[in-house]
Formats: sequence, structure tokens, C-alpha cells
Amino acid sequence: MDDLLRLRGNLDDTMAKRMITLEVFRYRPDGDDEATIQDYRVPYHEHWVVLDALNWIKDHADGTLSFRWSCRMGVCGSCGMMVNGEPKLTCAVFLKDYYPSPIRVEPLINFPVERDLVISMDDFLAKLQAVKPWLIRDEEEPPEGEYLQTPSQLAQYQQFSMCINCMLCYAACPEIEGIPDFLGPAAIALAHRYNLDSRDQGQSQRQEALGSEEALWGCTFVGECTAVCPKNVDPAGAIQQAKVASTKDWYRNVLLPWGKR
Amino acid sequence: MRGPLRRPFPRDWFVRKAGYRRFMVRELTSVFVGGYIVFLLVWLHQLGQGPQQYYALVEAMRHPLAVMLHVLALLAALYHSITWFNLTPIVMPLRIGEDRLPNAVVAIAMGYLPWVAVSGAILWGVLR
Repeated sequence: MDDLLRLRGNLDDTMAKRMITLEVFRYRPDGDDEATIQDYRVPYHEHWVVLDALNWIKDHADGTLSFRWSCRMGVCGSCGMMVNGEPKLTCAVFLKDYYPSPIRVEPLINFPVERDLVISMDDFLAKLQAVKPWLIRDEEEPPEGEYLQTPSQLAQYQQFSMCINCMLCYAACPEIEGIPDFLGPAAIALAHRYNLDSRDQGQSQRQEALGSEEALWGCTFVGECTAVCPKNVDPAGAIQQAKVASTKDWYRNVLLPWGKR
Repeated sequence: MRGPLRRPFPRDWFVRKAGYRRFMVRELTSVFVGGYIVFLLVWLHQLGQGPQQYYALVEAMRHPLAVMLHVLALLAALYHSITWFNLTPIVMPLRIGEDRLPNAVVAIAMGYLPWVAVSGAILWGVLR
């Protein structure tokens, strides 16, 4: 029994001593001319995610490290970062998938960096707002309390409504940087989501934002936005479907100009 | 106090990930598809110039290099067509009520079946 306890104690010791290195991107606009990579040795736990390790650094090693996070369960969409070059929610990637190799943590690419791992999302929010991602009705007041919808009408758009605005899709897209007018995956997916909603009447209003040449057609269907999406929204599919809808809309206007609302 | 730091997207992004590489291959195969259409137009033009010019081009096409280019163009066109047919269900999903038809069904119905039908009709027209 004593042997067993001692063995247990030794095991706990070795467990506690296991460490993993995080190579963290640092940028301090009040001092640094350029970004640097700073290494931190972090205790390794099998059940820890990268966000746990970042919080350990913040609490125990370096309180100056800045990063965004909130829910820790893949719902809020705040903790998106590049983990070994891949856009990931850091609350959803486990250290054990990388151990014992070091893990490189950087801010999402395609966004200006405010400080360390915090990016500026102004451009994204402006694009999101431009597509009016809310229900638009011709009349303001709902008729009798709520709009009714059948399960099959819900199924039309439900997948695209799962977006949590984590912006991983923007960090996966090679077109974002070169085409400033391209609205990008999440914004177009949400525009499409509301256009498909049986309760919505705002398609022509959204077409103003989607109609310019590069807003929608900046997409070349690389498809990586869908590959990195943590919510299986399939923004690449949404964009192609929006292209089809926009093309139909264009032909309708040219062939049947009198039919335009 | 400096402003936000701008970082460029990696210049060599298209080799960095399997998904990016597959995309680039798909895009590059379209060069062969487009190139072959130009070749067919030249062929058609030669046909209009009379039998002599036409058979001269047929003879030139027997060269091993020409045969190799044809095989290459065929492979590229097959890759391009198959990857696009497989993407069709994503671009044009079909629904019956609440259920989305399986991707394979849509790809066959909207891509492969018409492809086989049209190819078969052309073959029948040529060989009969």
C-alpha cells in the first residue's frame, strides 16, 4: 500500500513537471516598432486548451499579455487566433494535440493588430453592418405577435444562422487582403441567411451592398472558410448560392425591368 | 504611440495548406480547358480551308508531343470537371421539405448523368 502511494506521488510529481512551450506573438504599440515572438514555459495538462495556457501565462508569468476571450465553450467567438498558422478558437484546441512540440500562437491574419493577440475588427463590423443582418419588413409592426414559419422554411437558412462572428473564415481567406471591397465569408453568409428567411423582405436593400462587383465576386471559391468554420456554417456554400441568387436577380432586372419592385 | 500593426497575408499562401494547393491545381487545370477550346477553334478554321490543310494538321497531331499534350489536356479537363461536379451540391443545394438531398445524389443528377448523356450522344453521332 505504501509502495502504491509512493508510486502515485511520483506520478503526480512527473505529471506536474511536464511543461510545454508557447511561442506567443507580442506587439506593444506604445513601445515596439515591430512584432516579436516571446516563449513561455507553461505547465502541461492533458485537459487544457490553448486558452487555458494563455490564461495561465496572464495569471502567473506575464500580466502584460493581451488577448480576447469570454465564454470558454465555443459560443462567444472572441478567442480566435492563429495556432501554428491555422485559424482556431483557442478554447477548442487542446495542448495534447501538439505536445511535446511548442505551439505558436499569433493574432488572426488579415486583421490589423492592436496589441499582442488582439486584432482590430472595425473593418469586419462595417462589412457586417452593410449587409443589414436583421429581419427587414415592409411594415414595421408584426401582425399578431410573431411571424409564423414552418420547419422546412426554417431549414432553408438554419445552417447559416449558426455563425458566431469569430472571424476565423476571414483569416483563412486569401482574397481578403487584396480586395478591400470584398465583404468576406461571414458577412455574405449572414446576408444570405436573411435573404433565405421567409419572414424577411429586405433582399433588394441587401442587394445594394452585395451588388457591387467585388463585394460578392471577390470570392474565387477557395473553400477554406468552410474548412475552418467551427460552427459548420459553410460560408463558401453561402457565397456561391448568393452569387447564383444575385445573377438571377440581375437577369430578372434586365429581361423583366417592369417586374422590379 | 504607434497605430495597429498590419501584417501581410503570406505571399506563398497557395503552397501552405492542402486545401489551398487543391484550389490552385483546380484553377490551373482551367488553362488546359481554355487552351483546348482555342485549339478546337484553330482546327475548325483549318477544316474551312479545305481538305489539304485539314489533313496536314491531322498529320501534325500524330507527333508524340501532340499526343502527350492531348493526354495532359484530357487529364486536366477530367480533374476540373470532376471537382466542379462535386462542388455543384454546395453551390446549388436541393431540398425536399426539411431535408437536403445528399450531395452525391445532387452531383450525379446535375453533373455526372448529363455529362454521360451528352458524351454518349456525341459518341453515338460520331460512331454511327
